[in-house]
Amino acid sequence: MATKDAPASVYRTKEGTGLWEHRGKVAVAGIGQAPCIRHWDGADLGTSVGALTITAAQKALDDAGISPDEVDGVVTCPVGMGDTWAPRPYFAPPYDTEDGLSLLTADWLVKNMGLKNVKFTSHGPRCLNTALAVGAQAVGEGKTSTCLVVRGTGNLTGRYHQMEEKTFSGANAFTGPWGWQLIPQIAFGFDQYCRKYNTSHDRMAPFIINQRRNGLLNPEGYYYQHRREVLTVEDYLAARWVCKPMSLLDCDLPIQTAGAFLFTTGARARHMKQKPVYILNHCSQRGVVRSGCETLDETEEWTDHIARMCYEGSGLSAKEIDVFNPYDGFTLFFQYFLEGFQWHGVKRGEAHDFYAGNISVEGPHPLSSSGGNCGNGRTRWWGQRDCIQQLRGKAGYRQVKVKHETAIAGAYTAGYSDWLIYSTSPN
Amino acid sequence: MPKPSPIADAVSKPFWDACNERRLIVQVCETCNRMQYPPEKTCLACGSSEHLGWRDVKGRGKIHGYCVMYDSRVRLLQERQPFNIAIVELEENPEIKFFSHLPGTAPDKVPVGAAVNLEFEETVMGQLVPEWRVAN
Repeated sequence: MATKDAPASVYRTKEGTGLWEHRGKVAVAGIGQAPCIRHWDGADLGTSVGALTITAAQKALDDAGISPDEVDGVVTCPVGMGDTWAPRPYFAPPYDTEDGLSLLTADWLVKNMGLKNVKFTSHGPRCLNTALAVGAQAVGEGKTSTCLVVRGTGNLTGRYHQMEEKTFSGANAFTGPWGWQLIPQIAFGFDQYCRKYNTSHDRMAPFIINQRRNGLLNPEGYYYQHRREVLTVEDYLAARWVCKPMSLLDCDLPIQTAGAFLFTTGARARHMKQKPVYILNHCSQRGVVRSGCETLDETEEWTDHIARMCYEGSGLSAKEIDVFNPYDGFTLFFQYFLEGFQWHGVKRGEAHDFYAGNISVEGPHPLSSSGGNCGNGRTRWWGQRDCIQQLRGKAGYRQVKVKHETAIAGAYTAGYSDWLIYSTSPN
Repeated sequence: MPKPSPIADAVSKPFWDACNERRLIVQVCETCNRMQYPPEKTCLACGSSEHLGWRDVKGRGKIHGYCVMYDSRVRLLQERQPFNIAIVELEENPEIKFFSHLPGTAPDKVPVGAAVNLEFEETVMGQLVPEWRVAN
């Protein structure tokens, strides 16, 4: 039977539920990352989404020091992040459908990686962070004890999908004719933010420069591997508008790669190769706009909400979070997370002042030590990966100098996001 | 080039038919007296599906905010670039928001907070859609 999406009951979306019942009993024992390429050439199947995902998954198993036969669960985010391969003709199996080419189901991975002892599979749709929440809950509930959570992200064309449609239907009938999508939503929201807090786009520069710097300190990121260009403030201020006030350098670069995480029980993780990183909580935001577009009020309400849930379920407070890696897929929404979580006391409207200070990985406020998508190319898991590396003390040149015992990462928008809170201790 | 066209379905057909008659209507839940736009199968507040109706609105609003599109993914809109995408609050209920290209307003010269009046624009397949113009 084909793997299904996890039921809505898996996701922790409400306040007032106290500590996560599996707090500290689930751990990350392995992580793996495939090489990053700019886009798939459509010929070399060794760089298909499927192949890259197997590469990442095998690296996660090697990192944990276990064999594929020990895996008993697989969760994937089966949604591709780019165009489909069709209507071009498919290849011979296992590349005879989109599965393995532009997206990846759990079933494809189990079959093509030869994971013969898998008894649990599930899908966390829309985002790898959704899949991570599903995986954490599944291990906590005992549905799987050694669970691979993976995503392959495809980019066939080398750019974002172009919409050739003359008509739009369903919910898109009310947005498509005006060209309203996520990019104008984020741009409009940022314009509202700047008006409300009397700030400007130019003041984003220090954050973008720092993200790219952090990315160039990550050997697994796209820019480290292919484009070692240091970004300057002048570069940022000169970047062309995509949707004013969003410029090109506020947008992430689509790439083709895959990421994998190996979750297990806390007890089991202590006997594996790496120092365990415990999961204290996972929680999710599922906001519904009042009408048409997301307003700044809704954005701030939802990011306040996700922060409260993260802290409540983990038992931590803002001042106890050492490593902080919210999603930056568009840089112009990062400040909502920073301010909602009040990391280092940053309140609403104060993010740009914070960016102007020392946010380097060497400093007292090592903001987004992963470099995010801005620094590494488009995935949704650089932050999750960096959290684990930081807490292991194995983030290399990005290793923060401050205490690194707790971490938060999540993605992807204020209205739809999933978050994990990590600790070096299960307590 | 005209905008892409919306395609009506069972829920939205009354809305798009009214547009073709140059009337703007908004879905209303009679149970909780709550407007909602875009229209839905149920009231998103109370869950009722049996007491959803429609109300004509006057066609006046205010600009809530905007952005300026320079690089749209929608091919049919690309020749207009750059163009405004404004968010208009309905006068009867500012929580109800419409999108608009603000015909008659130059790109990035949008008077946020200004009053706007409804008009209708024909899209590529002939369907009329609401648009909004800054009031004098």
